[in-house]
Amino acid sequence: MKYLKTYPEKCIGCHTCENVCSQLFFKNENASLSCIRIAEKDNAFDINVCNQCGQCVTVCPTLALTVNAQGVVMLNKSKCIGCMACVAICPTQSMRYQKAMLTPFKCIACGSCATKCPTQALEIVTEG
Amino acid sequence: MSHNVAEMKAKHKLIAEYKYELGKVDKGYNRRTLYVNVGSGEIKEKPVSQEMIDKFVGGKGFDLRLLWDAVNENTKWYDPENAICISVGPVGGNTNYPGSGKSIVTSLSPMTNIPIDSNVGGHFGPYMKFSGFDALEIQGKSDKEVIVYINGDEGFVQIFEAPDEAIDSHVLAEQLHEMYANNEDDKQHISVVSAGQAAQHAYMGMLNFSFYDKRRKLPRLKQAGRGGIGHVLRDKKVKALVVKFSGLKADLNNPVDLSVVQERGIKLHNEVKDHDDEQCKMRQVGTAHLVEIMNDYDLLPVKNFKFGADENSDKVHSRVWTSMFTQNMPDGCWFGCSLSCCKAVDNFELRTGPYKGDKVCVDGPEYETVGGCSSNIYVWDPKDVVEINFYCDTYGIDTISFGTTTAFVMECWENKILRPEHTDGLDMTWGNADSVLECLHQMARGEGFGVKLGKGILWLKNWMVNELGAPADFLQDIGMEAKGLEYSQYMSKESLAQQGGYTLALKGPQHDEAWLIFMDMVNNLIPSFEDKAEALHYFPMFRTWFGLQGLCKLPWNDIEPANNGQTAEPAKVPEHVQNYHDIYTAITGKPIDSKEMILQSERVYNFQKIFNLRMGKGLRNDDRPPYRAVGPVTAEEYLSRQERYDKQLKEVIGVDPTNMTTEEKMAKHREYRTDRYEKLIDAVYKRKGWTPEGIPTVEHLQNIGMDLPELIEVVKKYL
Repeated sequence: MKYLKTYPEKCIGCHTCENVCSQLFFKNENASLSCIRIAEKDNAFDINVCNQCGQCVTVCPTLALTVNAQGVVMLNKSKCIGCMACVAICPTQSMRYQKAMLTPFKCIACGSCATKCPTQALEIVTEG
Repeated sequence: MSHNVAEMKAKHKLIAEYKYELGKVDKGYNRRTLYVNVGSGEIKEKPVSQEMIDKFVGGKGFDLRLLWDAVNENTKWYDPENAICISVGPVGGNTNYPGSGKSIVTSLSPMTNIPIDSNVGGHFGPYMKFSGFDALEIQGKSDKEVIVYINGDEGFVQIFEAPDEAIDSHVLAEQLHEMYANNEDDKQHISVVSAGQAAQHAYMGMLNFSFYDKRRKLPRLKQAGRGGIGHVLRDKKVKALVVKFSGLKADLNNPVDLSVVQERGIKLHNEVKDHDDEQCKMRQVGTAHLVEIMNDYDLLPVKNFKFGADENSDKVHSRVWTSMFTQNMPDGCWFGCSLSCCKAVDNFELRTGPYKGDKVCVDGPEYETVGGCSSNIYVWDPKDVVEINFYCDTYGIDTISFGTTTAFVMECWENKILRPEHTDGLDMTWGNADSVLECLHQMARGEGFGVKLGKGILWLKNWMVNELGAPADFLQDIGMEAKGLEYSQYMSKESLAQQGGYTLALKGPQHDEAWLIFMDMVNNLIPSFEDKAEALHYFPMFRTWFGLQGLCKLPWNDIEPANNGQTAEPAKVPEHVQNYHDIYTAITGKPIDSKEMILQSERVYNFQKIFNLRMGKGLRNDDRPPYRAVGPVTAEEYLSRQERYDKQLKEVIGVDPTNMTTEEKMAKHREYRTDRYEKLIDAVYKRKGWTPEGIPTVEHLQNIGMDLPELIEVVKKYL
């Protein structure tokens, strides 16, 4: 399974990853449009991003969510009817949605954020 | 299953076609309905006026308005002008809030000859709405087998002859999903309304509404069960109604504020995720979780509602159904329903009938089917219950009416009122699953005793009294029907409020107007007649609102917020009521509160009441139950709960039972319980703004804004 592994202890809270992700997904540097989220917590940083566990896939009524050959959960927007059941079921709250946006969005382990992270707090790994 | 749909399609002969402009829903409404006459071939649009929206809201309200205009006071269910109306309502079809995909179907019922309304899942209603129509009205009678096809992608409606397609729903739905889809993925964009072979011969015929299950790769069937609308469909020689719509998205209602609908939806999804496993387990077992609860509270109908519990009930315990249902599937009957209650038994091998040996997917059984087709008829093998469920579904038969009627027949058999010479040799002993199934197969073939059984209890009582010389009073006591419709599957003997909830229900004794047993019998929250009357006003009105909007009742109180018990009125689930206000306003743009919500319902409720009066029913006598719903009819029943009944004689009725015979004690109970029910009617009618005879007063109609001339004309005949 391919996923974005995080090392929160290395994170300095520069939010570069959020900007890279939102720019890539929505052409807009806006943390609320990023699949990865950085939050300050107890003088440290918490990194929240999809771990590709696949629970969302089990509740999708239209099979818009599938696991690809690399083990990454992918959303086919043309099949998604925007019920947001996946948003609620996600155990790490990493399935994103934005108010009034018709479909959710999520990390696809593309690695763009990892390549720009100045402290190597993010890494694409393949396990299993 | 493989079907040669190309050959079938080649035999279609177009009778009529209507092309229309694809529209866009605005704030929940298309502002037009679709009229299809399968007799004349006329197809047209009807505009929806602002007054229609203001007075009738949508869903059941639109259906009833259309039905009223379609028929007159002399119309019978089998007349061409009787219509089948299907509507969804302004909130319906949103993909965010669980339970938002219900279609409401109305027609003049073959069982009651008054309007029946039935609330059903599946994709037909929402797809029809997004194809451009707030409601569909099917009128007329065809002399050839026809299919009505609505293509909401391209904007046309067709009626065509369809000689070769199957009649039974599980086959027909597969054929039509395959026929109208371009590929496997496209099958999800089709929905089919159909009945079945038995619905042709049985008054208790029902409609199946399909939705395509992409995981199972087959169409699933949800049932508009009550009141015989499937029989009306087949009487019109309609094989199926088909809709195709491919562009489903979250914002197709064009809501004023989509984000509110999304947020309330996600909040409810989270409640389901966090609490369903500890509350109702709807995702695991659906409504069948109720079996043991009902048994524990002496509410599970056993042997035609004689008893409320049985030692065998463990055999149909929810854990049995959980083990038979395929788990961890998103079994919502409309998108966005994470409550996922429409469970299914997969790869079930049939042992009887024309599909013997086939491995099929069976939707359910739900609680009502277990009550009707297990405990009430004393069939305790869960596989038999699943088989009965399957054949009821594919043949187009209502499991509630079928279960209750079969239970009645079995009690008549037990009392030797019915004998082999009356049943074409079928042994109708309690628990004889083979005979029960054979009745269904006979019904489908249109032969034998099964056809009689399919006409329901009211017809059977008349037949037995007039043709067989059966004792009319006894049959009246044990025949669990009112207004011609069979009771659904809860014991009401110890809950006066539920006796009213059932028997005062406008369409006949179905529990969707009010289920008050726990409030009344268990928790004693509504002790006085006035308290019960208030509950019998509020809850029927509140629940009617679901039918106006296209909503399912289950996400209202089969999942509750964690703190619901600490609220002022837990039975109302205030947080969820607020959710409904919020999503209604977010979609339609109209503010609403509880008062307006009840008023919306009250207008339609009184319209339906007056519709009943117009059709010759709806007076006080029509609201009286058979005594089996009220108290013990037989000594066997009394003695089975003697301690309870004796205690009630002493403590409630004020009579010392010590030296009384069982018959004397039963007579006292009957006198007390019957009188109590009459007092309940008085209180409820008064609360509803009706006269003691059950007629809405002109002043009341003025107060709720329903003093329409056609309604005043009807009530004035009775005032």
